[in-house]
Amino acid sequence: MDVRLKVKRQDGTQPDSSHYDEYTVEMPEGATMLDALLQVRDYEDGGLALRYSCRSSICGSCAMRVNGRARLACKTKASDMANGDEPILVEPLGNMPVIKDLVTDMEVHWDKVRRITPWLENSGPEPEREHIVMHETMVDVSNALSCIQCGACVSDCTVLEVDKHFIGPAAFAKAYRFVGDPRDDTTMDRLKALSSAKGGIWDCTRCNICVEVCPKDIRPMDRIMQLREQVVNAGVEGGIGARHGTAFAGSVRRTGRLDEVRLLPESVGMFNAPRLLKELPGAFRMMRAGKLPWKDTLPLFSKPIAGIAHVRRLFDNARSEKKEAKR
Amino acid sequence: MTVFQHDVLVIGAGLAGMRAAIEAARNGADVALVTKLHPMRSHSGAAQGGINAALGEEDSWESHAFDTVKGSDYLADQDAVEIFAREAPGDIIELERMGTSFSRTEDGKIAQRPFGGAGFPRTCFIADITGQAILHVVYEQVLKLGITVYQEYFCTSLIVEDGEVRGVIAMPMITGDLAVMQGKAVIMATGGLGRVYAPTTNAIACTGDGMAISYMAGAPLQDMEFMQFHPTSLKDSGVLMTEGARGEGGYLLNSEGDRFMGKYAPNKFELASRDVVSRAEQTEINEGRGIDGCVLLDVRHLGEEKISERLWQIRELAIDLTNTDMVHEPVKVRPGAHYAMGGIKTDVDGAAPLPGLFAAGECANVSVHGSNRLGGNSLLDTIVFGRRAGVAAAAYVKQVASKSQISEAALAEDQNRIQQWMATKGSGGERPAVIRGEMGRMMREDLGIFRAREKLDSALAKIVELKGRFENVRLEDTGKVFNLDLLSIFELGGMLDVAHAMVAGALAREESRGAHTRLDFPERNDEKWLKHTVASRKEDGSPQLDYADVTMTKWEPEVRTY
Repeated sequence: MDVRLKVKRQDGTQPDSSHYDEYTVEMPEGATMLDALLQVRDYEDGGLALRYSCRSSICGSCAMRVNGRARLACKTKASDMANGDEPILVEPLGNMPVIKDLVTDMEVHWDKVRRITPWLENSGPEPEREHIVMHETMVDVSNALSCIQCGACVSDCTVLEVDKHFIGPAAFAKAYRFVGDPRDDTTMDRLKALSSAKGGIWDCTRCNICVEVCPKDIRPMDRIMQLREQVVNAGVEGGIGARHGTAFAGSVRRTGRLDEVRLLPESVGMFNAPRLLKELPGAFRMMRAGKLPWKDTLPLFSKPIAGIAHVRRLFDNARSEKKEAKR
Repeated sequence: MTVFQHDVLVIGAGLAGMRAAIEAARNGADVALVTKLHPMRSHSGAAQGGINAALGEEDSWESHAFDTVKGSDYLADQDAVEIFAREAPGDIIELERMGTSFSRTEDGKIAQRPFGGAGFPRTCFIADITGQAILHVVYEQVLKLGITVYQEYFCTSLIVEDGEVRGVIAMPMITGDLAVMQGKAVIMATGGLGRVYAPTTNAIACTGDGMAISYMAGAPLQDMEFMQFHPTSLKDSGVLMTEGARGEGGYLLNSEGDRFMGKYAPNKFELASRDVVSRAEQTEINEGRGIDGCVLLDVRHLGEEKISERLWQIRELAIDLTNTDMVHEPVKVRPGAHYAMGGIKTDVDGAAPLPGLFAAGECANVSVHGSNRLGGNSLLDTIVFGRRAGVAAAAYVKQVASKSQISEAALAEDQNRIQQWMATKGSGGERPAVIRGEMGRMMREDLGIFRAREKLDSALAKIVELKGRFENVRLEDTGKVFNLDLLSIFELGGMLDVAHAMVAGALAREESRGAHTRLDFPERNDEKWLKHTVASRKEDGSPQLDYADVTMTKWEPEVRTY
C-alpha cells in the first residue's frame, strides 16, 4: 500500500524554520507509522529526525502527534491513520520545545518527574528478606508503573497548555505508584506535597484527554482522582482543592444548591483575607451581571430545595457504599 | 574542545550500566552515565519474562548453577556461574527493597514461575513487564543518588593511551560537537548487537556499539559465534513473545496440531532450553510442518483471566502487530535472533584484559551463558555483574594516580572520520540502510540456527564485500543537530566489524554446541572444542582467532537432554 505522509519539519535553533514536507512510501499492509517514517528516513530523506527504539510499545521513544493527536508511532497502523485524499499529518509532541523535526525536549517532563520524589522511601528497619505484601497491591502498583513515560499525555494535556507548572498526568501516575505502595513510609508527606504543590493534583480539570491518548491504558486522570480521594480521606490539611471539594459537596447536601458565595471563602479559607479581597472585584462584577445568586446565601432566604431529603439520602447511600467497598 | 572529567564512565544506561553506576557511586567514585538514549529508553525495559534466583526453600544455588552450566552446553566458566547463582538471591532481595513490585504468592512472598531449562520454578517476575519494572526502579536509584547522566551522547571511540583506558570520545546528539570524556575507568554496558540480524527481537538501538569500540581499541571479544534464537518471536517484525507464555503453560503446535516438543524434549517439552526449542521449531518448519514459516504459540487454555494478568503485554502486542488475540487464537511465532552470548571478554569482576576497561551485561562475556543462555538469566547477569563491575571499577580508579592529559589525536581522528563522511553527500556511494539490510539478511540466512561450511564461507566473503562497500557509504544529512544519518553510519561500521568476528568464529568452530549447530559437524566435540573463541581485531579489521580454556569446578560435561 502507498502511505502518504505530511511531516512537520523544524530546526529548533531556528524557530521560523518550520514547514511541512510530503512523502509517499510503499509499505506492506499492517505497517506501523514508525515503519513508514523509518522507510522515509532510510531511503527518502536522511535528514528526518525522530526518536525510536524498541518497536514494541515499551521504550516510549516514538510518541508524536499523528493527525493532531499524540500516539506511539510503533503502535499505530498507518492504514488506520489514512484519511481519504489527505496525507497523514505527522507532528512533534505538544507542550514541549522542539529540538528537530519530531524530536522534542523531554526535559520539561523529566523535571516534573523529579518533583514527585520518584523513589521508594523507607526508613524503617529492613526486613530479613523481601517485604511481605499483598499480591493485589503489587498488581495495582505494577499497573501504574507500566507507564512508559512516552509523553503522549503530557503533549495533549489541556492544563499544561495554559499552566506550565502543572505537574502533569504522567508524573502524577508515577506519584500514585509510590502512594499506593505499602512499602513506602512517607505516604502522608507525599499526599501533602501533591496536594499543596504549585500545579498539584487539584489543578487537573478532568478533561480526560490523558486517558484517551495513553497508549498503555494507564488512565492518568483516574490516578489523579485516586490521589485526590486519598488526600481527602487522609484528612490532609491546607489544600484549597480538598476544601473546595468538601465545600461543594457540603453546599449541595445542605440546600440542594451550589452556594457559590460560600464556596469561595470555604475553599480558600474563611480567614484568608488577601485572597478573598483579591476575588472581590470579580465577585461584584458577577453580581452586577446577575451571575451570583447572593440572595440564596443569606440565612433568611436560604431554603433547601423541595426534594432535599432525597438529595441527602443520595449522599448517605453513596458514602455507605464506599465504606462497604473499602471493607 | 569540550572536556568532561569523571573517575568512572559507564557507557550505556540499561540495567547493567545503571546498576554498575550505582555501585561505583556507593563505593565513593565520581561516576557518570553516558548513553545514546535516555536511560528509560534502554532495551532492558523490553525484557518480559523474568529474573532467576534460587529463593525457594527447596531450591538451591547449586541447582541454579548446574542448570546454567548445562544450559550453556558446558561452555560457561563454572567459577563465574557459581558466583552468579550464589549472589542472585541477595540481589533480588535488594531490588525488592529498592521498590521493585515483584508479583507475589498468596502469602505475600516473591512469586516464581517455571522457565526453560530450569529444574525448579525460580524465575521472579512482574507480569510480563519484568525488565521495564526493574529498569524504572534502578533509574529511580540513579536519580536518588544524583548520578550524572549524559543522555543522547553516542560514544564514537574508546581512548587508550600507554596501554590504558583514559575515557571516550562522544557525540552529543543535540549539538553534534564531539566531546572528550575523561575517565580513569570505563565500564561498557551497551547491551546487545541483535541489529546485525534482520529481523531481530532487539530494539533498533541494539547495534553492539560498546563491543565494537572496545574491539577497535584492542579488547578481545569472546565466543561471538554463539547467537541465541528466541523460540517465540513474531514473523515479520521479530517482536518478542515472552518465554513466560510457555512458563505459564503455553503450548507450541505445528501445522498438524501436534505439541511437537514431546519428540525433541520428552521431559521438558516447551520448557527445554532455548537452543533446543528453536532447533525443534526450525526442523518442523523445514520438514513442512510449519504454517507460513512459523509454528503456533497457543495459550488459549490458560484462560482470559490469567492471560490478562500475567501476559497482558504480549497479548496487546499480538493484537497490535498481527491482529491476533491470544485469548481466542494461537499466534504465529518463529525463532528470532535475540541475544549475543558472546561479548567483551572479562573476568568475574567485569575487568577486560585492557587495563581500565570493564564490561557488564549483554555486551560482556564473563562467561556465564557459554553457548546458550537460559531464559531469566540475562536480567540477573546485568544486576550481579553490573554491581560487581561497579565495585571493581571504583577500586581500580583509586590506584590510578591522577587524571592524565589526553592527547588530542583521538579526538582529531573521529573528527576526520566525520568530515570525510560529510563530504560524501551527493556522491554515488551507497546509503547505510542498503548495506545494513544486506548484512541482516545474510546473517539470518548464513549464520542462523543451522550452519554449514559452504554458507559460512559465503558469509565471510559477503562481510568482506560489505566492508569494502562501506568505505563508500554516503551520508545525506550534513547538519549538526540530531544527525541520525551520521549516527547510523557510526553504528553500521561497528556492526560490520562485530559481525565479522561472529562469522569467523562460527566458521572455525567445527562442532555443534548450544546455539551453534553445524550440519557438517553435528556432534559436540569436547576434546577439541571445549574452549572459548577469543577474537582480536587485526590492523586490517579482520579477526585474529585464539582459544582459551573453560574454567571447570564441579560439573563434568555430560550428554545434554531435556
